[in-house]
Amino acid sequence: MNQRSRLNLIVFQVLVASLLLALLGRLFFLQIADGLRYQNAALSIQSRDIITPALRGAITDSSGLPLAMDRPGLEITVDRSAIDKMPDKGKAVLKSLAALMKISYSDLYNRTRLCGELPTNQKVGCWNGTRYQPIPVTKKATQQEALKILENANKYPGIDASSVPIRGYPSLAKENAAHVLGYVGTVTESDMANTSQNYFRNEIIGKSGLEYQYNQYLRGTPGVKTVIVDRKEAVTHQSQNTPSIPGNNLITNIDARLQAATEASLADAITRAHALGYKADSGAAIVMDVKNGHVLAIASYPTYDPNIWETGLTVAQAKDLFSESAGVPALSRPIQGMYAPASTFKSLSIIAAAKAGYNMNALYNCPASVQIGTQLFKNFETKSQGHINMENAIAVSCDTIWYQIAYDEWVRDGGLFPKSGLHDYFFKTAAGFGFGKATGIDLPGEATGRLPDRAWKEKWYKANKSFFCNFQKQARKSDLTPYLIAIAKENCVDGNIIRAGDAVNFSIGQGDTLVTPIQETAVYAAIANGGTLFKPEIARAVVSPSGKIIKTFKTVITGKTPATAKDIAFLHTALRAVATRGTAAAVFANYPITVAGKTGTAQVLGKNPDGSSKDDTSWFASFAPVENPRYAVVMMVSQGGFGASISAVGVKNIYSAIYGVVGQTIDPTQAIFPKGPPTKLPILDVKNAKLPKRAATPTASASASPKPSSKLSSVKQ
Amino acid sequence: MKRKTIGVRRNLADYDRWLALSVVALLAIGTLLVYAATRNWFASQGLDPQYYLKRHILNIIIGVLLSYGTTLIDYRLLRAYTPILWGLGVLSLIAVLVPGVGSTINGAKSWIAIPGGFQLQPAELAKISVIIGMSMLLAEGSDSRSDLDDRDVLRAIAIAAIPMLLIIMQPDLGEVLIISASVISMISVSGAKSRWVVGLLLLGVLGSFVAVKSGVIHEYQLKRLQSFVNPTADPQQSGYQLRQSRITIGSGGVLGKGLFNGPQTNGRFVPEQQTDFIFTVAGEELGFVGSGFILLCFGLFFFRAFMIARRTQDMFGRLVCIGVIAWFAFQTFENIGMAMGLMPMTGVPLPFLSYGGSSMFANLIGLGLLQNVHVRSR
Repeated sequence: MNQRSRLNLIVFQVLVASLLLALLGRLFFLQIADGLRYQNAALSIQSRDIITPALRGAITDSSGLPLAMDRPGLEITVDRSAIDKMPDKGKAVLKSLAALMKISYSDLYNRTRLCGELPTNQKVGCWNGTRYQPIPVTKKATQQEALKILENANKYPGIDASSVPIRGYPSLAKENAAHVLGYVGTVTESDMANTSQNYFRNEIIGKSGLEYQYNQYLRGTPGVKTVIVDRKEAVTHQSQNTPSIPGNNLITNIDARLQAATEASLADAITRAHALGYKADSGAAIVMDVKNGHVLAIASYPTYDPNIWETGLTVAQAKDLFSESAGVPALSRPIQGMYAPASTFKSLSIIAAAKAGYNMNALYNCPASVQIGTQLFKNFETKSQGHINMENAIAVSCDTIWYQIAYDEWVRDGGLFPKSGLHDYFFKTAAGFGFGKATGIDLPGEATGRLPDRAWKEKWYKANKSFFCNFQKQARKSDLTPYLIAIAKENCVDGNIIRAGDAVNFSIGQGDTLVTPIQETAVYAAIANGGTLFKPEIARAVVSPSGKIIKTFKTVITGKTPATAKDIAFLHTALRAVATRGTAAAVFANYPITVAGKTGTAQVLGKNPDGSSKDDTSWFASFAPVENPRYAVVMMVSQGGFGASISAVGVKNIYSAIYGVVGQTIDPTQAIFPKGPPTKLPILDVKNAKLPKRAATPTASASASPKPSSKLSSVKQ
Repeated sequence: MKRKTIGVRRNLADYDRWLALSVVALLAIGTLLVYAATRNWFASQGLDPQYYLKRHILNIIIGVLLSYGTTLIDYRLLRAYTPILWGLGVLSLIAVLVPGVGSTINGAKSWIAIPGGFQLQPAELAKISVIIGMSMLLAEGSDSRSDLDDRDVLRAIAIAAIPMLLIIMQPDLGEVLIISASVISMISVSGAKSRWVVGLLLLGVLGSFVAVKSGVIHEYQLKRLQSFVNPTADPQQSGYQLRQSRITIGSGGVLGKGLFNGPQTNGRFVPEQQTDFIFTVAGEELGFVGSGFILLCFGLFFFRAFMIARRTQDMFGRLVCIGVIAWFAFQTFENIGMAMGLMPMTGVPLPFLSYGGSSMFANLIGLGLLQNVHVRSR
């Protein structure tokens, strides 16, 4: 053995030793240094979570009557791991199932595919879950279909039928309440991205209305079964099984019967407006408890059947919900519709005038028209009322008094050259009553309305200045009339200035002012209760399935209005005069309830889609009884015509339902609230709840039935 | 003395006990691992869960008998049979390439089906004939001259080159690499001039490059190499295998999931787990402790094998030892390294642990050769 041989043998030994050490080092890195990462990776490879949806909590009215609840439905599922093993990948089975369900094979095929399996633009109906749990293809199977599948298991391998909870809106008092209740749907990718909610795939969650607002209480906790699968996705064993926890029930301030009556009154008002030749495309009606802001009923027109969401919307239905020609039924008018308040605003003008030092008992001239600058502002129907006091000015809804006062105050504030230390009585009063600000009602998507004060005007000018200054270039050909060109020129130069016309229009609730019906209700509730603005509240309490009170919703005061007790007292008298000898006197003649309110008939600029000019917005904002106000009731009918003949009549019908007015007398047995809205929480028995008879008070009837809350969970999952 | 050196019967005491013990330990662990890798898989298919276990034990029994047989004839007498052995090896490698005789698995013609459902992999046995053949030529050279003649080296290389070319034609890249490791190690220890070692190493690099470029390497082999560089390149096949393999080992942690309790193994997430990826079973179920113990056993094995190589006064015996050590060392490193993502995927079994008859027989014959040298050098 020569030297080189000896040396090479040593080198070779070192090499082999280092190879082994390299392996040991790598092993250490994989199993110890980085072990946790690989353990997690392995777990995610092997484990699959199967989600059992929790029974969603019910939404009830203040008497415990369910407005929304899960009810048993029949679900048909397709087990992909079973049908994919078949030689034809389950084509034959799916074909015969499609025939049984009377839907097309391609529809059914799509419903059994994961969304990732289908080409981008052909994903309609796809399943956004995993393939390890049976995929539901319908929840509305008939008993017959389910039985056929269960009885012929060998004909339908991998297909199963079982009962599942589906969201239903039972409408026990014939109420609709579609907008306030909202609807539920499967979580979307963007919902899943919201990590604060920790949604499970395929979980059913609230998408709008109360279902959305209080989803965290209603949803419950889905059950999770974790199974360990092998490479071929066959389940080897179950690693954990957490049962689902049913969601809590939400008790609202809404009374189902009053909701139904309010909806009926609104629909009736619309019908009457149509009969008078008005377009009456939409409307809203709201009943509020003025002592605490509780929303007792809230109706929107047009509406839709809330049950259409439960089985999945068809494309046609979805189009209808948002179509202009159908009146956009999906829009919730009470909180999303914005309208000029018109003469209902004059209650605030009274307070502004009082602040400015005007004497309420003095006589003011109410001519047929007032000349402001170059423009002639006319009284409604161009009628002169002579010299009248403020009470009568409200009763007969004189406009010209307000033109003069608003103009004088505008001049006093400097007119086109605003002084420092502006009084802005009108703007400030409106702001003090919450104009231009959301009321904070516990529903999603509330609009803020618009308070066209100096700041708004400045903002508007900034946004539109370039358009007005380039009007001839940018405007549509049809808009290039000499009048509009002149206005554009004016707006280009000083569009940020509140002009006399703006101030005058603002005082009678016209011009750029917009309010939502819920804002208007909060304003009249505040006038009724002496000046407190409450947050309108629909939710009353959250109660667990076993009856434990989880949360009660406290009354929230959002502001004190600038009205003094004297102003309020004056307004009560004046608004009562509207119903006794003013614009609504004919409607409330011999009516046993002392209603105080204000009519409003707002002119609307612009055109309908068919080219016709818009009809007036009909308003009636009210409260009653005037001696000790309890309810604020507001109705608005867009393109409904006069405030008195359309909305005031509608409001009267709502009061009749509340008090049980029959003819000219009160029949307490016919009243919804003979002793006022319920003050106690009902004891829930959602499944067996029945519509209480008119005579009985809601609290009494609900507590009469014992509370076998376990029945709730007997709704099959 | 004479009786002892050519004697037929041997006592257990004559063998290197530590070397034998390390192999017994590896065989025992391997048996458990093969069973762990296949029992759940076969049971879920409704087949006998002990199918692989039984065959593996049978392979070990045959292998141990072959090993024992190898120790009986004095290795120095083997020189006389070397040409026959080498000739048989080459013939079987040619037979594999003949259509109808060789069967194709994974795109390579590496197997000869023999009756009884068994398959023989001639390349495994050809390795042995190359080691003995080269050792003979190189030892003759270094015995007669103080320094090795270039002609001796060339002849030895020719002895290796013919079977290697035949294996390349199958193609079985892993075996070629392992034989190359043995060839270079033996030449370097034989005392040949350094330029041979350097030259052969360069040739190896160049050869691999040409092989890739000229298309001798099949597409599936290229894909394996690519997936080593970038494991997500071919997630369905080789990339998947490598990723799963690494996850399976890594998830074992310090103590492992316990024998027969590995979810990755029981779920059959690693393909070919009982053969090329047997180490992943150890990684998952026995953890760092168990896998480290396997490396320790290999360490002991190489330590003792090197001791035999150093002790023997006979260059032929020493070169046989070096050839066998290089073969086992490189194959072990390649197999475990591949399972842990340290080496590209070539598909060689792990000595003494993987399931597979031919490789088990060859491994145990290799052990027999080491013991043979040990016995005769005392």
